[in-house]
Amino acid sequence: MARTFISYNNILSSLGFDSETVVENISKGISGLEKYDDASLLPEPFCASMISSEKIKNEFNKIGDASKFTKLEQMLILSLKKVIDTSNIPLNESVGLLISTTKGNIDVLEKNSNFPESRAYLSELGKTIQNFFNFKNEAIVISNACVSGVLAISVAKRFILEGKYDHVFITSGDLVTKFILSGFNSFQALSAEPCKPYDKDRLGINLGEVAASVLVTSSAENLPKEAVEILGDATCNDANHISGPSRTGEGLFRSVKAALKEANMTANEIDYISAHGTATPFNDEMEAVAFSRLGMEKVPMNSLKGYFGHTLGASGLLETIVGMHSIERNILFSSKGFSELGVSKKMNIILTNTPKILNTFLKTASGFGGCNTAVIFKNTNN
Amino acid sequence: MINGNVIFSDENEEFSTFIKNAYKFLKTDYPKFFKMDNLSKLAFLAADVLLKSENLNEEENNIALIFSNKASSLNTDRKHQASIENEAEYFPSPAVFVYTLPNICLGEISIKRKLYSENSFFIFDRFNAEHLQLYANNLLRSEKTEKVLCGWVDFDENSYEAFLYLVEKEGKIEHNTEEINRLYNIL
Repeated sequence: MARTFISYNNILSSLGFDSETVVENISKGISGLEKYDDASLLPEPFCASMISSEKIKNEFNKIGDASKFTKLEQMLILSLKKVIDTSNIPLNESVGLLISTTKGNIDVLEKNSNFPESRAYLSELGKTIQNFFNFKNEAIVISNACVSGVLAISVAKRFILEGKYDHVFITSGDLVTKFILSGFNSFQALSAEPCKPYDKDRLGINLGEVAASVLVTSSAENLPKEAVEILGDATCNDANHISGPSRTGEGLFRSVKAALKEANMTANEIDYISAHGTATPFNDEMEAVAFSRLGMEKVPMNSLKGYFGHTLGASGLLETIVGMHSIERNILFSSKGFSELGVSKKMNIILTNTPKILNTFLKTASGFGGCNTAVIFKNTNN
Repeated sequence: MINGNVIFSDENEEFSTFIKNAYKFLKTDYPKFFKMDNLSKLAFLAADVLLKSENLNEEENNIALIFSNKASSLNTDRKHQASIENEAEYFPSPAVFVYTLPNICLGEISIKRKLYSENSFFIFDRFNAEHLQLYANNLLRSEKTEKVLCGWVDFDENSYEAFLYLVEKEGKIEHNTEEINRLYNIL
């Protein structure tokens, strides 16, 4: 069977505008989360990881006219451009474009927006990115709640295996907007302090904005040192509740099982888990139950939400990129915000950066609508 | 309309009346239906009509859902935006906000029919038979699923449309883009 790899990659976030800088900051324990008191976004103080619009605009003006693009479009284009440029792949008929986002340009619905409402259609966002780079194929947008970013990797792999494309560029992103903040706040899911995934004092989510992009390819040639092979993947629904995670972690349990089966691996062959860990009481408990049922309590695990917040449609792709660099460097990064376990099952949450020989990792995500996605990766150096 | 035969029609142009009449006609009897937003009501009822005749297991079923549309959840997004636009009338509601994701309708269908299966929601500019077909083929070929419920469920300000079809390893109509487009165009 054809093999698929995640190759060149970029992260554009408050911790830096390229993967190396961002990962370097994570390795130093630096978080992009800050406290904000901005009534134009939320009537009460909140904590989030945001990127200055001015900074993005200045960077974008080097490659285009920023006034013609929304903040999210500028972020996605800047991020994707770095991946396209370094990969040096001509954008012909065999190259696909996937965009992962939950809300896209939702801020254009605000009455003082400079852009027409039509820009809120995700297919318009797709066209904007496609036309900027002159992709030959129509952009495909995936909008599947908080699993979108990691599901996009599955989708790229599946289209490559069906022979539709040889290479697929994925770009993903969401903004911290009034729309999103007010919604999560109405669920009383936001923490005004930096989030503490899996910790006994966890209070809830912080939101974050990033753009993250990768190249998924069927070619084992010309891979960067952090490239990984995609060994197995699956998405399973909880069939339980649209906004609350399953008490038994059913969908997550099944998705990891199915991904392991495809990878032809057992749970104890996973060296590291990059989990979802939103720091809400229910989500983290659900994950603990699912990983316990899988017999994975001892596998070192972190949530990266303490560095970036929950970056919605980008989170799964962002966290996969960090995972790739983590196994390339053979370092387990600390799960920022965690100090004492606050779930009912044992978990091996990474307290401090720890050197360890790493060959494989599992990325998981769970989201509204009861969806759960798991993907297993292996480094390409050995 | 199922397999080309009209099973229910209603001249009522108002969506809320139409869908309620269809719900009654189909004897759906599922109180959660009334909490759903319009996109979910449309997707749920369309899926229920098809899955009803499938003799599903009460415990669990492995039927993947691959849905797509153009307007994502914009119809409900506008409603949430209206609830936060003005400081004086700032009342965001979790019951509305949860539906500001297009894939929530996949969750609704999965809950009713106990589908612990693959889910994905794509946004296309127009109905895109090719990508649905390829993706369904991959899920069947890799044995991630036994059947796939595919289609297009779109709800926007002034229009709505639902077209779903079930794909399995054996059947009368071949699973290719020509046939999918032919069926879509009957609508």
